[in-house]
Parts: sequence; structure tokens; C-alpha cells
Amino acid sequence: MKSAVIVFPGSNCDRDAAVALEAATGRPPAMVWHGDAELPASDLIVLPGGFSYGDYLRSGAMAAHSPIMREVIKRANAGTLVLGICNGFQVLAEARLLPGVLMRNASLRFICKDVHLRVERTDTSFTGRYKKGEVVKFAIAHKDGSYFADNETLKRLEGEGRVAFRYCDPQGQIGAEANPNGSRHNIAGIYNEARTVLGLMPHPERLADPALSGTDGAKMFTGLVESLAA
Amino acid sequence: MKARITITLKPGVLDPQGKAIEGALHALGFCSAGNVRQGKYIEVDVAEKDPARARAEVERMCKELLANTIIENYAYELEAA
Repeated sequence: MKSAVIVFPGSNCDRDAAVALEAATGRPPAMVWHGDAELPASDLIVLPGGFSYGDYLRSGAMAAHSPIMREVIKRANAGTLVLGICNGFQVLAEARLLPGVLMRNASLRFICKDVHLRVERTDTSFTGRYKKGEVVKFAIAHKDGSYFADNETLKRLEGEGRVAFRYCDPQGQIGAEANPNGSRHNIAGIYNEARTVLGLMPHPERLADPALSGTDGAKMFTGLVESLAA
Repeated sequence: MKARITITLKPGVLDPQGKAIEGALHALGFCSAGNVRQGKYIEVDVAEKDPARARAEVERMCKELLANTIIENYAYELEAA
């Protein structure tokens, strides 16, 4: 599996993503600078976490229009798998590859902690290694993570089964108490229509090694390798 | 021409920052303050003398970058720079 990580000015999880990808694929991903127009052939493109362009204007707004994104959008529309983590999710939303917006957390605080997520479906390239309804532990680290979409969009997302992960308690219960940031419907991650683009605020790559106190995130990357080999 | 662009949250979109500002105003004794909403103000010089063309240009700037029309409305005034 060939993967690429897009590096924006202000990305700070690009190397974490590269470590997790190399552990799963056996080879390092191509690190592609945002100003490049060329993107090597890739089975998976990762938009990493961080604070691209200092979160100026709106988180992800500038990065969504950087030169490399034209190519990323083209590949995504052609079916290449794209994974946006944290700031990467914000970029995907601003680029309109995913619906909705990530707004300021309801608490107005930057939140950095491990959270529980419920895996909503397992028949996608990203979640094949998980069990349906499985509760996993990923890390969040964001100030603009409150997922907002209008009622009509939410209805469509729910109806089409496009919610990938929801914030939940350790038992898998969804509710306001398990919602760290005010996201509508406790949404932590969503798919595009074809389920080839996934954006999520929590960081799978931060809990992808026993030394990092958890390995739930690693299954996303090994699952991707397996789905692409199948 | 100079464009003075105001970007505001659409009605119904939660604005925790506006709420925090409202709380601070109340704490200062401004009991009359209510329904505080925070927005953005942006000035842009547009190298265009024809008002219609300048207007079309600013429209596109707002739609493509300056406002996220899922959650925000925009309005602007144009004046000779």
C-alpha cells in the first residue's frame, strides 16, 4: 500500500501519522508539501492534524485552497481513499469533500484527552478491523471540534449511514455527558457518500503503539492495508 | 475600490463565544445586553474601478473563502478607495 501525508505549514501530527502508516504498511509514506502541485501515486492520502496556517480565518479554511488540495480533491473524487484527522477533518469540510463544519468547542476550551468512540459500521476500508458497535479509545486534541451541520444534512448523514464514529461513554452509551465538544448527534467522524473519504476529530495515530498507552488506533491503519490488499 | 465585509453567524447556529461575551457584559453590570453574537469584519482593496465588476469580485471572495456559507452570512459595502 502506497500512502502520502500532506504537510501544511502548521501541521504537527504529520510525523505521528507517518510512524503509524509505516508500522502498518512496512514502508514510509511520501511526505508531500502543501505548495507542491504533484502528488505521487497513492492508495491512501492522509491530511494530518495540526494548525494549518495558524487556524487563521477558520480552521482549515486556507489549507483547503492550497495548491496540493486541487489534486487531493481530484483523487478523492476518483475514488482514492482520503483520511483527514483533526485539522485534516477541518480541511476536508472546508474543501467540501465532507459536509458540515467544525466549530469552536461548546466549552470554548482546548481539550486534550483520551475519549471513547463507538464504531458505527465496519464495512468500510477504514474500519474493517473493528467490530460493529465496538468501543475504542482514541485521543482528542482540539479547540474547534464541535461538528455542526443543518438538520437536513444530519438527516441525510444518518439515513445514509455516514456517521463513522460517535463520542460515547466507556460502555458505548451516547449522550450529552460523553460529548466533549458539543458536536451534533455526538458525531466524531463522518464519511463521504462513497465511504472513501473519512474525516474524524480524534487521533487514531496517537494510540497506535503499546508505548502510547493504547493500540486501538493501529487497527484503522492495519484495516486499511488489508482492505487495499483484498 | 474598498470593500468593507461583515461576516455573521446565521441565526440558530450556536455561538459559545457570543455567550461568553454576554456573560462578561452582565458581570460588568450591563444588564441591558442580550443576544450577543460575534462576527468578523474584513477590509479588502479591490483593484477594480467599475462598481459592478468589483461587486462580482467581492461576492466570489466571500463565497469561496471569506465566509463559510454553511454557518455564516456575509454583507459588504463598496466605496471608492
